[in-house]
Order: sequence, then structure tokens, then C-alpha cells
Amino acid sequence: MDFLRPLTWADALAAQAAQPGATPVQGGTDVMVEINFDARRPEALLDLNPVRELAEHETLPDGTLRVGAGVPYVRLISELGDRLPGLAQASRTVGSPQIRNRGTAGGNLGAASPAGDCHPPLLASDAIVEVESSARGTRLIPVAEFFTGVKRNALEPDELIRAIRVAPASGPQYFAKIGTRNAMVIAVCSFAIALHPAERRVGTGIGSAAPTPRRATAAEEFLSGELDWDGRGPLSISAARRFGDLVREAAAPIDDVRGTADYRRHALSVLARRTLTWAWNDYRADREEAS
Amino acid sequence: MPPRSTATPVKSPGHVETHGQGGVGDSPVRPDGTLKVAGEFAFASDLWIDGMLWGATLRSPHPRARIVSLDIGPALAVPGVRAVLTHEDVPGSRFYGIDGAGDQPVLAIDQVRHEGEPIALVAADHPETARRALGKIAVGFEVLEPITDARAVIADPENLKVQPLGGITRHQPVRVGDVDAARAHAEVVVSGEYEVGIQDQAFLGPESGLAIPSEDGGLDLHVSTQWMHNDLKQIAPCLGLPEDRIHMTLAGVGGAFGGREDLSMQIHAGMLALHTGRPVKMSYNRYESFFGHVHRHPAMMRYEYGARADGTLVYADVEIVLDGGAYTSSTLNVTGNAASLGVGPYEIPNIRIDAYGVYTNNPPCGAMRGFGAVQACFAYEAMMDKVAAACGLSPLEVRRRNAVSQGSRLATGQVIDSPAPLAEMLTRLEAMPMPPDADTSDLRNLPGGVSQTTHGEGVVRGVGYGVGIKNICFSEGFDDLSTARVRLEVIGGEATALVHTAAAEVGQGLVTLQTQIARTELGVRRVTIAPADTGVGDAGSSSASRQSYMTGGAVKAACEAVRGVLLERAAGRFGRHDLTLVGGKVVSREAGPLATIEEALGDAVIEETREFHHRPTQKMDPVTGQGNSHSQLALCVHRAVVDVDTELGLVKVVEMAAVQDVGKIMNRLSLEGQIHGGSAQGLGLALMEEIVVSGGVVRNPSFTDYLIPTILDMPPMRIDILENPDPAAPYGLRGAGEPPTLSSTPAIVAAIRDATGRALSRVPVRPEHIVA
Repeated sequence: MDFLRPLTWADALAAQAAQPGATPVQGGTDVMVEINFDARRPEALLDLNPVRELAEHETLPDGTLRVGAGVPYVRLISELGDRLPGLAQASRTVGSPQIRNRGTAGGNLGAASPAGDCHPPLLASDAIVEVESSARGTRLIPVAEFFTGVKRNALEPDELIRAIRVAPASGPQYFAKIGTRNAMVIAVCSFAIALHPAERRVGTGIGSAAPTPRRATAAEEFLSGELDWDGRGPLSISAARRFGDLVREAAAPIDDVRGTADYRRHALSVLARRTLTWAWNDYRADREEAS
Repeated sequence: MPPRSTATPVKSPGHVETHGQGGVGDSPVRPDGTLKVAGEFAFASDLWIDGMLWGATLRSPHPRARIVSLDIGPALAVPGVRAVLTHEDVPGSRFYGIDGAGDQPVLAIDQVRHEGEPIALVAADHPETARRALGKIAVGFEVLEPITDARAVIADPENLKVQPLGGITRHQPVRVGDVDAARAHAEVVVSGEYEVGIQDQAFLGPESGLAIPSEDGGLDLHVSTQWMHNDLKQIAPCLGLPEDRIHMTLAGVGGAFGGREDLSMQIHAGMLALHTGRPVKMSYNRYESFFGHVHRHPAMMRYEYGARADGTLVYADVEIVLDGGAYTSSTLNVTGNAASLGVGPYEIPNIRIDAYGVYTNNPPCGAMRGFGAVQACFAYEAMMDKVAAACGLSPLEVRRRNAVSQGSRLATGQVIDSPAPLAEMLTRLEAMPMPPDADTSDLRNLPGGVSQTTHGEGVVRGVGYGVGIKNICFSEGFDDLSTARVRLEVIGGEATALVHTAAAEVGQGLVTLQTQIARTELGVRRVTIAPADTGVGDAGSSSASRQSYMTGGAVKAACEAVRGVLLERAAGRFGRHDLTLVGGKVVSREAGPLATIEEALGDAVIEETREFHHRPTQKMDPVTGQGNSHSQLALCVHRAVVDVDTELGLVKVVEMAAVQDVGKIMNRLSLEGQIHGGSAQGLGLALMEEIVVSGGVVRNPSFTDYLIPTILDMPPMRIDILENPDPAAPYGLRGAGEPPTLSSTPAIVAAIRDATGRALSRVPVRPEHIVA
């Protein structure tokens, strides 16, 4: 097995182009486990950890955040938690402190597990995955189109994930995840919500309850029209319940060793209802504070 | 000792030297503690010697299949491969077994009976080469339908034979009084069916060891085990060597919990080393480890209790089915424990228990902390709560009304002849303050933790109680002795005690305790613990909560013998016969201090070896289950307070409180660690730990999906330790490692029932059971 260790982004792209079968390592908390278990034997590993550009984040002229694929979870929490609260909450649920020091959202996208914790909040906030190849340059892929199957994504063999582009939160965001222990657990199912008040729109993301992470589009549309964006009136119980039902219906879970499909559907409806309530209460409180 | 090879592996534990204070009753720091915390302790997986080969094991992917062909040729052709061995290459007996059953093939012979059963071995220059060569071994399987229903086996043991022995491994009845007559008069009758899933020991140090051929044609074996001498009894016949040609040394053990009582890689590495003439190291990875050791028996149990309206129990009718998997392992004794302790520490005048151990093609099961008593405890404690509810009593009151005490009879008829203050323990538990309401401003205090599934919605508090009784030391006629050799001499001007045993330090703190005992008995400050090996007599197993009792007792006896020799010599020198050893000095009752130990010893070396035995026990009667089968019994009681998210089925254990009678606190720090750890392991069984099996195939053989509690799952504990001495035991101590593992599980489940009203008849409790 070749071990490639480029020091610059340009060299990384060149290496991946030269050896399109290489598996990129961005943190390694997932790839190395699979290799240790002999679950996969890639012909080459492309270690992106030394590529410094990837570990940086910046604000683009239009206000969008551009978060390098190599920014570890611990920094997503400490440096971006105020602007990307949903992603920070999700990052906080990943593994142990050691894993959060090492693992990255870029790696999470690369692995494209349906249970990846970053995916629901990225879906809920309409993130864009910036990918690049040396041959064709940059490509911007909406995250909802990025996941193409179980542990499969839209990357071409010569492409690498450069960054995540996502607008800072313009409203409340929440992430919630079911696990059968209270830390260090892979999602049985998870849910993210983001309110986008300027657009009078709700974003959602469902994790670990379908072959890919996915939005609950019908639930978003229902709720976007249902909420009293201007008056910031209370949330009706029936609307919250309907939202939960629609989120449940958007999922396509399976029975597996971590949980049953029925439980996942049930839990998603509860999480959807609860996170919506928290988010809407925050939104209402925000006005009260402002006034 | 036989002639020894001089080869010594690096990264192997050496002498443990301690210098300072800390006798019996103190809490000196563990001599191995700093190394372990700093990551510098040499565990068995760190063993290394120049020129060693790496062994690897080909395992069955099927729970039941005939092997119709086996071609090792392609594997042998892989460059770097030095040996590929099958059952035909076993030098001696092709079978072994921990408790004398001798039914487990060293390598599969023509058929496999459980997933992961070893079929062939490879030794190669590099571990990766060995692993790849495994893939080149061509095995033709004729896959058979696995036998996986233990109750079906009991119904038809002749036709559902997994292996030549059966069938049913052991059926142990217990018969006391007349259950049918009592049933007719019971004012209250409650019943329940209960299940316990397969728990794994989940030790962190995988099975590892190093076999080094010695110059005399024998072997030096460095292994991570719980009982070297019993390993040796099984290894030697299979390798075709006399026992004295195999020298065993304990490698660094990374946890055991019963999972290292059975052999894993010992014979395999020995075969490869003898075949190649080279040192061979074997070390399982995490995935393989789940197939490399036995687990806790899963259980299916049916209980029916009758009581008077005031809660007094009048009968118990019990069936316990334990699935032992394909080979006998410890199932005989686990079944015996489940039978003798099947109704717990309660006085019941009429008892009918039928405990069965059964062979199936499910994963092999054997010893694990609690050993047959854990499964029954989950059921009988649920039953006590049912009786309480039916009689309108509190859970504590119904337990107190039926509690055993000194003088009570167990189900076996055995009279408890040392303190067993269960009612008092329950009252002390009741008096402990309750934890405050959760501070919900910190997500870590809520069910789900930082996964943020609730901000308090749906959360209901519950309180539950659990009581457990565990036998300490081996039971049913087994003379599990221990041996200690103690040497006293002056080194560098200071009296130094060298303690040598074959007892396995598996993380429980035995080496610390040995130094404490030597200091107390000999009055020295400097104590050295020699590496545990078979150069000294049998110490028995580090299991059954027995090493403080047994090896502690042996070290004490050897120290007393050394002290006796020292004082005898001093008596001759000083012409006095009223001498004692006090504070490191030889003291005359009349004349006061006469000499320091160093002065009394001079150039002499005093070395004494002593065996220690616990009192004899009897086999259970095969028909009635009666007999004084246990040496010592220990009690622990738990209260669990939980917050349950009733909508999502997630649980936060808020607090556990425990009262345990240990006879004598030998080392409070270690003891509290045992109580915390045992409680945590019981919490794991209550809430998350299960090897999930489908059709005999394990679905979660990794720590990704076999979940053990984290620090955010394990709550703070309140602990109240009683010291009612057992006159039969050294220092009056009572084994302490297992009892907390029993009672924490039922306490937690009772607390969840209290919060949710759900019946919850199975552990681990899953979220879907709570919201169903």
C-alpha cells in the first residue's frame, strides 16, 4: 500500500489525479478503523493532514463561511460554534475528545456514512461542498446532492474535498442524535433543524434513517408556510406534531443491530418536534430580547 | 526447576518493587498504577523478542458446518510463511477443556460448531503475511442449520446434539419442601419470564502471548491469563510435553473478568513455536477477540413465587436455562451457581429450581464476573418487586421481611455461618440521602447527554433496588488452593521481602495487596513482588473474587512462617522466648526492643513456602441440590436513581448507592474501585452491553456496536462498606469483586420500571422496549 503525504493542496490534487484509487485521509478516525479491521485495503492512502490550507476557515466576500475540509471537530466547536451552532452541536456528539481533536467534517463527508453526524446540520443549512480536481478545477456541489448511496458520494476519482461553504446561522439551529449510550455512540438516528427567518424557510436534515442522509422536504415546506414568522406567535401543538409526522414519513430506516426501523421513525418524530420547539422558542425569545 | 532457556522477551513485566509504607487496611498507591496511566506498562500485546514469527488463526465463518475439504498448500506457498498447521499437526491430545470436560478441539476436526472456531494456524515473518496467508487456505464447508434454541435442546436433547456430549450440559435441580402444597395455600402468586442477553467481558487487552522454544525441547510461554497452572494442565497434554518442560510466565494482563479462564492462543502459539523452532507471538485484534474468548451465558428464566398477604415468601418455582454454546467450558459450574443461588439471599420454605446448561451453536459461553449468579439475580430481584407490588409493600420492606441472616439456610440447605446482615444493609441503604433533581442546564446530566435529545421533556425519575449474593472462592468440592513463597533478607542494608506467587494480577490490585500483607506480617518497608510464573506452586485462578482470600491467605501464611523462623533464630541468639516482631524490630515482651530486623537477620536468607486452603465444600446433591456447596458468601445491595426519557426510551443513571459487607477493608481505594467497576459492569448489562446473535452469527463484534458505559453513563456513587468479619477467612475478609456486579443491574432496571411502568423483562433494556 502506498502512503502519499503531500504538503500542499496543489500536490495533493496532483497525487490524487496520478493515483485515482487512493483513499484520502483527513483525520483518519474512520479510514484507519476500517483498515485495522481489514474491512478495506486501498491501493494507496493520501494523507491530507499536513496540507495546511485545509485546516483554515475564512469568510468569503458574500459573508459565506468557507471551512477547510481539514478543520477538526474541536475547532468547529470552539471557533465556529457561534456562527454554525448546528454543526457545532453535531461535532460535540462525535466520539471522544481524542476523536474530536483529529476527526474532521471533510472526512465525514468523504466517508459519506448515512450515520455521519455532520450531514444533518449541513443539509439543514444548505451547505455546499467545494470539491476540486487538478484537471477540471473547482466544482460546487449542494450537500443534498452530495450523498449518492450508502457510503458513496458525488466525488469523481480524481477529486478531493476542499471545503464546506455555508452561510452563518441567521436563525436558531439544533441537532439531536439518538444513541444507546450517553456519549461516544454512532447515531441510531439523528435530526437537524435550521430556521432561516430572512427566507421564511425551515431547513432539515435526517441522519441514519435512510441509505443516505436526506432532507425532510415535505416537512420543511409544511412548516415554512405554517410558522408565524412576522408575529412570532406561539407554535401550535398540531403544527409541531404534523412536522414530526412529516419528518417520520421522510425517513426510510431499516432494522439493524443499532435499532429497529419502527423505533427510528418514532424517535425522529419526537426529535423533530422537540428541536422545532427549541428553535421556535429561541426565535420568539430573540424578538423579546430585541424589543 | 527444569533447565531454562535464557531467552527473555522485552516488554514483559519484571519485578515490581515498592518501598514505603502501607500495610493491611491502608491504601498505598498501586506499584503498576503509574506505568499503566502513563501508557508504559508492558501488556501481553507488547511482548517482543528478536527473530519471532507472528501467528494467526483461521476461524470458521459458520456456526455449524462440516469441513469437507481443507487445502493449506496455497497458504504454505506464500513467501514469508513458515508453517500452516491443522488438527493433524496437534502433537498430543487434540482436545482440551477448562473444567476437565476435554471436549474442545485444539483445531476443528472435520466440523465446526460455532462462528469463529479455530480451524488452522499460520506462522509468518510478518503479521500481515500471516493474515494474508489465512485467506489462501481453502476450506470447503457443507453448511448445516445451526442449533440455536436452548429450550428446544432441553425438550429434545437426544436429537439436538451439537457435539458428542449433548444435549444438556448439566441439569441441576434444587428441591426443598413441597412447592405444590405451598402453592395451594399461597395468598399471593406472581410470575414472570426473564431474559439476559450475552454480555462480554470487554477487557481492553486482547488475547496475546509469546511462545519461545527452550533448549530442552520445551517451551517458555508468556501469556495473559487468569490461572497459569490450569492453563498448563491443558496445554501440556495437547503439546505432548510433560508439564515441567513448559515454563509459564504471566504477561501483562489488560483486564480479564472471567474471559481469560479458558485458553485462547496458548496451545496454538505453542504448536507453531515447536513446529518452527522459532519464537511465535500471537495477538488477536479487537474483532477476533470477540471470538477468542467465552462470554457470559445468556439466560431464559421462568419464575413463580407464592407469598402470604404480608409479603412472606412461601414458595419459589424456578426454571433457569443457560446457553453455553458448543463446548462445556465453565457451564457445569455456572449452572451449579445459578441453581444454588437461584432465589438469592431470601428465606423460602419451599423451593423447586431446575437450572439447565445447554449446548448450542451459539457463541461459546463460560466464566464472567458473577458467574451464573448474575442472571438469576436479575430475575429474582424483579420477582421481589412483583411480590412487593402485589402485597402493597415497599421494595425494601419485602426484601427485609424475607432477608437471610446469619443462621439462615440457603436453597441448598447450607447454613450461613458468618455475618449476613442483609436487613441492616437495606436499612442503611434506605437512610442514604437521595440525589437532587438533575441540573438540566448541563446536557450531560440528561438522558442522551450531549446528543441533546431532550432539554427535560418527557423525563421522569425512578428509583429501584437490587440485592445480590455471590459465592466467594470455588465451590462444590473444589480445593482451589493457593501457594506463596516469601523470602526475607537484607539487601543494601535494608530488610527486604520477596513475594513470589503464580497469582495473576489482572488489574484488580493483587500485587498491591501482597505488599501490604508482607509489610504487615513482617514489619518491613521494602517489598518486591516477583513476576508471576509457574516456578512456584499453584495460586488458583484470579476469579470467583478469591485472590485476596486465597493468595492473600497464602502470603500471610508464608510471612508468618518466615517470621517464625526469624524469631526462633533470635530466640537462640538472645536466649529469650517472649519475642515478637513489632514495627520492624524484634521485641521482647519483658526486655523491650532487642534488635532491628536487619540485625536479627544478618546474612541469613529465610525463605518459606506455604499452601493455603479454604474450608472444604460439597457437591450439590444431583437430585435435591442440597449440600454445603459454598465456602464463603458475600452480599451487596444497590439503590439506583434514574432519569428516563419516557418518549425516547433513553436513560440517564443519576446515582447508584451501594452497601457491601466485605468483612475487612484491606485497601479502601482498591475496594471502592472494585465496587465502582462492578457497578459499572452491571450498568452495562442493564442498559447496553449485548453480543447480538442471529442464527448463531454475531452481529456486533466490535466496540463500535458492542457498547460499554462511558464516564458520562456511569454516575457518581455513594458507598457504605461494612466490616463484619468472617472468622473462617484471613483477616476476616470477604471477597468483594463480584457482588456489586450482581445487584446493580436489577436495581437500575427496577428504577426504569418505576419511572415508566413498563414490565421490562429483558436486559439489556433497549430504548424500543421502553417506548413500545
